[in-house]
Amino acid sequence: MSLMHVSSPHVHKPVSSVEQVMKQVLLATIPGVLVLTWFFGPGTIINIVFGSALALAFEAWALWLRGKDYKTPLRDHSVIVTATLLCIALPPYAPWWLIAVGVGVSVLLGKHVFGGLGYNPFNPAMVGYVVLLVSFPLQMSSWTEPRGIGEVPGIVDAFTALFAASSYDAVTAATPLDLFRQNSGMLFDDLMQSKAELTGPIAGLGWDWVNLTFLAGGIWLLRQRIFTWHAPVGMLTALTICAALGYDEGSSTGGGSVLFHLFSGATMFGAFFIITDPVSSAVSNKGRLIFGAMVGILVYLIRVHGNYPDAVAFGVLLLNFAAPLIDQYTQPTVYGTKKVEADE
Amino acid sequence: MRQIFDIHGGIHPPERKDMSNPGWVSDCDMPSKLVLPVTQHIGAPARPVVEVGDTVLGGQMIAEAQGSVSVPVHAPSSGTVTAIEARAVPHASGLTDTCIEISLDGKDEWIGCEGLDNWRDETKAALLERVRLAGIAGLGGAGFPTAIKLASDRDGGIHTLIINGTECEPYITADDTVMQCFAQQIVEGAEILAHMVGAETVLLAVEDNKPEAADAMRQAAAALEIAEVVTFPTKYPSGGEKQLIEILLNTQVPSGGIPADIGVLCQNPSTAIAVRDALIDGKPVTHRITTVTGMSLKDPGNRRVMLGTPIRELLETAGFNADSADRVIHGGPMMGFAVTDLDMPVVKITNCVLAPTRTEIPPPQPQQACIRCGMCAEACPASLLPQQLYWYARAKDQEQLERHNLMDCIECGACAYVCPSHIPLVQYYRSAKGSLREAAKEKVRSDNSRSRFEARQERLEREAAAREAKRAARKAAAEARAQAGDDPVQAAIERAKAKKVQQEAGQ
Ligand code: SF4
Ligand code: SF4
Repeated sequence: MSLMHVSSPHVHKPVSSVEQVMKQVLLATIPGVLVLTWFFGPGTIINIVFGSALALAFEAWALWLRGKDYKTPLRDHSVIVTATLLCIALPPYAPWWLIAVGVGVSVLLGKHVFGGLGYNPFNPAMVGYVVLLVSFPLQMSSWTEPRGIGEVPGIVDAFTALFAASSYDAVTAATPLDLFRQNSGMLFDDLMQSKAELTGPIAGLGWDWVNLTFLAGGIWLLRQRIFTWHAPVGMLTALTICAALGYDEGSSTGGGSVLFHLFSGATMFGAFFIITDPVSSAVSNKGRLIFGAMVGILVYLIRVHGNYPDAVAFGVLLLNFAAPLIDQYTQPTVYGTKKVEADE
Repeated sequence: MRQIFDIHGGIHPPERKDMSNPGWVSDCDMPSKLVLPVTQHIGAPARPVVEVGDTVLGGQMIAEAQGSVSVPVHAPSSGTVTAIEARAVPHASGLTDTCIEISLDGKDEWIGCEGLDNWRDETKAALLERVRLAGIAGLGGAGFPTAIKLASDRDGGIHTLIINGTECEPYITADDTVMQCFAQQIVEGAEILAHMVGAETVLLAVEDNKPEAADAMRQAAAALEIAEVVTFPTKYPSGGEKQLIEILLNTQVPSGGIPADIGVLCQNPSTAIAVRDALIDGKPVTHRITTVTGMSLKDPGNRRVMLGTPIRELLETAGFNADSADRVIHGGPMMGFAVTDLDMPVVKITNCVLAPTRTEIPPPQPQQACIRCGMCAEACPASLLPQQLYWYARAKDQEQLERHNLMDCIECGACAYVCPSHIPLVQYYRSAKGSLREAAKEKVRSDNSRSRFEARQERLEREAAAREAKRAARKAAAEARAQAGDDPVQAAIERAKAKKVQQEAGQ
């Protein structure tokens, strides 16, 4: 027998790999995607399938260009997670080129320019999203009407939309956050009553269910110990506090209710699937709590005072910049160093 | 019931302790020859005092301690010295060491051993000397000379003695077995240790996955008033000295310090027995109880092994199937190291020899990029940020490594165990620690040369100042003279004037 010379530890946690982690994240998005599909039709699923295929191709190409082995990294599923998260954030029935540009930017500019998995300072999906939002504002705001108000497009419509030369010309509707931003002169409660889109049980038809299911998926991931509670709790708490402070009994220029903020737009999706991206966030638990809280504050400020209806993407990218700084000030107390500091 | 406390992080790897049938111990067959390294401890190597061809008896000292941080080596049985040369020895770095080979004659004749009738009458120094001469070094795996550990009482002294029977590493059951079979001797040893260091409390610490050992210890501890058995939840690495102290006492050993700094002394149960045997029976350390386990063995279990027994022979007596194993581990699966040569001997720190099959412990998986998931930080018992340490270790950023307290890493491997990217983190830390130590030494050297430079500079300045002072003194004296009327310059001028007057007068 030849003796292997390997270093300790010799045992490894069974079934623990990057691939496993990524698979669990993908699994956790399923309920949210299904609800999106129920309310808005198959657009999101088609986005995801098309986007993932493109992402794999881009990743392989990037690895090949960088002269790396492209088989092992492709199997880690991380690029599929990036594409899936981006495609969930895109409007359903986006044209193919919008998806292609978004995925390309995410994978190439968001990830490989910096050295690939683990080296990207920014959340790749959000890089792609923001580039699209800034470059193609029209296409990026073409959400369809949810089930209960309009016709939900079918598979054929979906494919037509995907390969249409111009953007999908079915009825495009404003999302609750759009309506909220465009509101002028209506009291918050009246606004919530005035439009069919806003009369969901909690915060806008369909959107509250979408948020609830992403919340459920997030809690499952938390229980699987894929990430810790710090970033999501930080963000949701900060958002709650801001909304509570800014809520002025529902005047026409006020900030909107706490529930409206918690269950609208990308709140839960952002809290559990975007800001929990470990690579681009702060490293320590305390750091992640602060990271999340700052995102929460930014989301509120941009939603209420900014020019864009939703703000998770901007909030996350801004905080990605700040993450190294947060790390510097939130190093945990190492064993045996507490007392020394107290002595000083 | 004593209150216990929790530590940060920790993991729960499969224990697999049943395999070696804890609580039973059998003698390993006498090998034909023994290979005894002169360094089985941390510190200076012992110096051989026998020569090739000498006959030795069991218990005879064959290498003596050199310097204070060193312990002697004794022959475990009778025979003839057949070689003294460098051989491969069990050490993480894969080094060789001078070894004394003894071919045994099978008679197992011993020298007469003389114990103390009443150790309480002896001075501490005399007791320490006996511990030192018996060759005792931490038998739990650390191998630090016990006499040194017992002697170092910094201000305040030692108030608590902890007998560390945690044995949190998977597979190993040597301490468990020792506690079940020799509880009384452990408590006797603990009493001696407590007496030597003046401890008021003795805590016998046992993880709650060893109820039989805890029971045995409880019965034995009834004989010692200051002793108390404490059990606590099973978690790796609760048996780390620093971690155990936090669990039992809710205090932390200061960074860079040792338990004695906060008045605590930790000893392994086998070490306690060795101290007892040295004082009461006058016997040196020549045997130890070692767990021989793993699925490559037909007959795993705990063995009483002569030090110096080649690992190959130990494995063979346990029915080793070499075809199914591709590594043999000295120590446990978390912190042990792979044996590179089966002729390496069992030494004082060999608490386990593990021969797993290829499916039991598969070869390491390829390393992937760190995704900064933070699972390592969640698992680290020292509250470090292993992912940052990894990053800085790769970047060789010594400043950040120090800022992130690399030196407080206990190399427990919990981080690497959970890492989904299969990064051999501990390997990076070991080499980074090596370079940090180098840098520290380098700094001392350059500080030395800097202080030499500064000393020279100071001397030159002093000399210059002295010259200046002299010059100033001369000047002051001259001025003083001038004021007193006998300025030499003025005088010369006067003289010249007078001369001129005379000359003019003479013409
Ligand atoms: S567990 Fe591994 S992959 Fe995760 S942060 Fe730590 S080193 Fe990186
Ligand atoms: S090996 Fe070091 S860094 Fe890793 S868990 Fe143990 S103490 Fe922490």
